[in-house]
Amino acid sequence: MNIIVCIKQVPETTEVRINPQTNTLMREGVKSIINPFDMYAIEEGLRLKERFGGKVTILTMGPPQAESALREAISLGADDAILLSDRAFAGSDTLATSYTLAGAIRKIRDYDLLICGKQASDGDTAQVGPGIAAHLDIPQVTYVKKIEEIKDKAIRVERMTEEGFEIIESPLPALLTVVKEINTPRLPSLKGLMRSKQAKITHWTHKDIELGFENLGLSGSPTQVVKIFSPPPRESSQMLSGSIEELVEKLALIFKKELV
Amino acid sequence: MPIQVIIEKCTGCTLCLKVCPFDAIRIMDKKAVINLDKCTLCGACAPACKFKAILLEKPETANQKPDISGYRGVWVFAEQKKGKVQPIAFELLSKAKELAAALDTEVSAVLLGYRLEEEIQELIWRGADKVYVLEKLELANYQDEPYTNVLAELINKYKPEVLLCGATSIGRSLISRIAVKIKAGLTADCTELAIDQEKKMLLSTRPAFGGNIMATIICPNHRPQMATVRHKVFPEAQCDMKRKGKIIYENFYGALLSSRSRLLDIIDEIESTVNLSEADIIVSGGRGLKAKENFKLVEDLAKALGAAVGASRAAVDSGWMPYSHQVGQTGKTVCPKLYIACGISGQIQHLVGMQSSKVIIAINSDPYAPIFKVANYGIVGDLFELLPALTKKLQEALKR
Repeated sequence: MNIIVCIKQVPETTEVRINPQTNTLMREGVKSIINPFDMYAIEEGLRLKERFGGKVTILTMGPPQAESALREAISLGADDAILLSDRAFAGSDTLATSYTLAGAIRKIRDYDLLICGKQASDGDTAQVGPGIAAHLDIPQVTYVKKIEEIKDKAIRVERMTEEGFEIIESPLPALLTVVKEINTPRLPSLKGLMRSKQAKITHWTHKDIELGFENLGLSGSPTQVVKIFSPPPRESSQMLSGSIEELVEKLALIFKKELV
Repeated sequence: MPIQVIIEKCTGCTLCLKVCPFDAIRIMDKKAVINLDKCTLCGACAPACKFKAILLEKPETANQKPDISGYRGVWVFAEQKKGKVQPIAFELLSKAKELAAALDTEVSAVLLGYRLEEEIQELIWRGADKVYVLEKLELANYQDEPYTNVLAELINKYKPEVLLCGATSIGRSLISRIAVKIKAGLTADCTELAIDQEKKMLLSTRPAFGGNIMATIICPNHRPQMATVRHKVFPEAQCDMKRKGKIIYENFYGALLSSRSRLLDIIDEIESTVNLSEADIIVSGGRGLKAKENFKLVEDLAKALGAAVGASRAAVDSGWMPYSHQVGQTGKTVCPKLYIACGISGQIQHLVGMQSSKVIIAINSDPYAPIFKVANYGIVGDLFELLPALTKKLQEALKR
C-alpha cells in the first residue's frame, strides 16, 4: 500500500501576534513547525504502512527551508520526501497550491491513498485537500476520525460531522483529510533521527512536474489579498465582584441584556 | 520579478517588515530588501506600505483572463440535512440580500436533496428571489461527488457572480472541490463580506494565523466569487410570509448523480441536543473544574440556559468530555452570542476558537488568567460556589 502524505510547514501560530501599540505583526523568533493537523496525517500513514506494507512518501510545497519539515517526517518513519520549491510557485493560493501538489502526485503515479491534515493552522482554509482530489478526479473523504477497514481496493472510514459521524466507503485511490481524534502521533526514534540527517530529499521544480506557468503561483491564483489588519479590539472588559448572591444577580442582568 | 521595492519611494520605515508573516524583509541602507527565498508573495506587505513602494504584480499573459461579463446574481447554497434546511442558509440569506442590493441584482438559493417542498417556500420567505431545486434520491444526503457535479453544472448554466456557502463540514468539502472544477476563487471562513462599490467586487474578510490577523481578499478576474462563512457570523434572515419568489425545478440524470464513494450510515452522537457550532450560548469548562464529575456543574448551567456544552483541550485530554465538545484550534471554532468560560485559563489555542463570540464571560480563580483579556465580563471567584447558585437562580426564574 503506497501512501502519499501532503504536509505544510507553518509558523507556530501561537507566537504570531499583533503588537497592540504599533498594530504590526510580532514574529520575533517564531519557529517553523509541521502543521499540527499534518502530524496526524503522517502518523496515520505510518500506521497503515505498518499494517499493510508499502511505503509512505511525504510531499510538501514551500521555500527551501521547508526541507526541515520533511526531515522531521522522515525521523518519524516516512520513507521518501519530496520538496516542491520554485520561485514559480510563490504567491499560490489554494487553487494553485492544490494544482501544483496534484501535478507532483501525478508524477509519483504509484499511490493507493493520499492523506492530508484537515487544514493548515496558518491559513485554516481546509481547501487544499479536496482541491487535490478534484484535480486528480479521485474520491475524497474529509474530516476522517477513524479508518475502519481497508480491503479489496476499498476503504471504509468514519467522517466527523457537526452532529456525530458518517460511515463512508470509497474505492482506492482516494484522498482523506484527517482530524485530531484519529490517532496520537509518535515521537521520533533515535534511529529515525539519525536516518533523517542523512536522508536524501528530492527537490522538484515546475520543470520536473511538467506544469505550465499560467496555472502556477500568482498567475494561477484567482484570489488576492488587498488588506491586512488586526482584529477590532474587544470592548474593555469589566471585572465583576461581590458576594455570590450579588454576582448571581449581576450575571442574571447581563444574560437579560445580552440575550434579547 | 513579481515583487519589487521601488527604491525611490521606500523610506525604510519598517512597516512592511513588521507585517511580513515570513520574516522575508530586512532593512539595508534604510531601504527594504525582500529575501526571495523566504517570500511567498502572500501580499501582506504591499497594502501595508504607506508610500506605495512595494509592487506586487501578476505576470499577465495574453488571453489568460476568463470572460466574466455575463455573471449576475448572488447565490446561497442552502445546505440541508435530513430534509431540513440548516440555519446557516438563513444566515447567508440575510447577508446575500445586502450584497445583492449593493450589486443591484437578485438573491437565489440552491437547494439539493429529496422531498423538500416545505423548505423551498421558507427560503423564499427568508429572502430568496429564486430557488433552484433539484430533488433526487441520490441527493437525499450530502455526498461530495454528486453535489459537486450538480452545483458546478448549475453555476455554468446560470453564471452567478457571487456564491456563498456555510463553512461547515459539508460546505468546506463541497466548495473546495467546486473551486477546482470551475477554476474560481474561494475565500474560506469569512467573518465579513462587503461590496466594493466602485469595482462592484466582493470583499471577503477572514481571520488568519489563528485569528490574530484579519485579511481582506478579492477575486478580480474569476467568477463566481466564492466565500464560505462561519456559523453565527450573520443574523438569520427573518421570515416574511408575504414574500414571493420563483421556483426553478432542475432535472439532471445519470453520471452527474453517481458517486464512487458510498455513504453507509449517519450516526448522531452529541448527547446534548444542541449543536456546538450553531448554539447561541455555550458554557465551556476547563482544567479549573478539577475532576470529571465536576463537569456536571457546567452541564447543569448549560441546561438551565438552553446552552451547548464546550470544553477546553485540557478537559478533553483529561478524558472529562468527548472530543466533539472541544473548542479551540484543534477542536471547533465557535461564535455564539454568549460564551461562558468556566475554569478555562485561556491558552491561545483555546482563544482562537472562541474569541469572535459576541459576548464572553470568564470565571476563573486566577486573576491573571489570559482569558480575562478577551472577556467582556470577568469574575475572579470560586466556580464550585458560583455555578450552582447561578443555575439555581435561572431554574427559579424559569419556573416563574
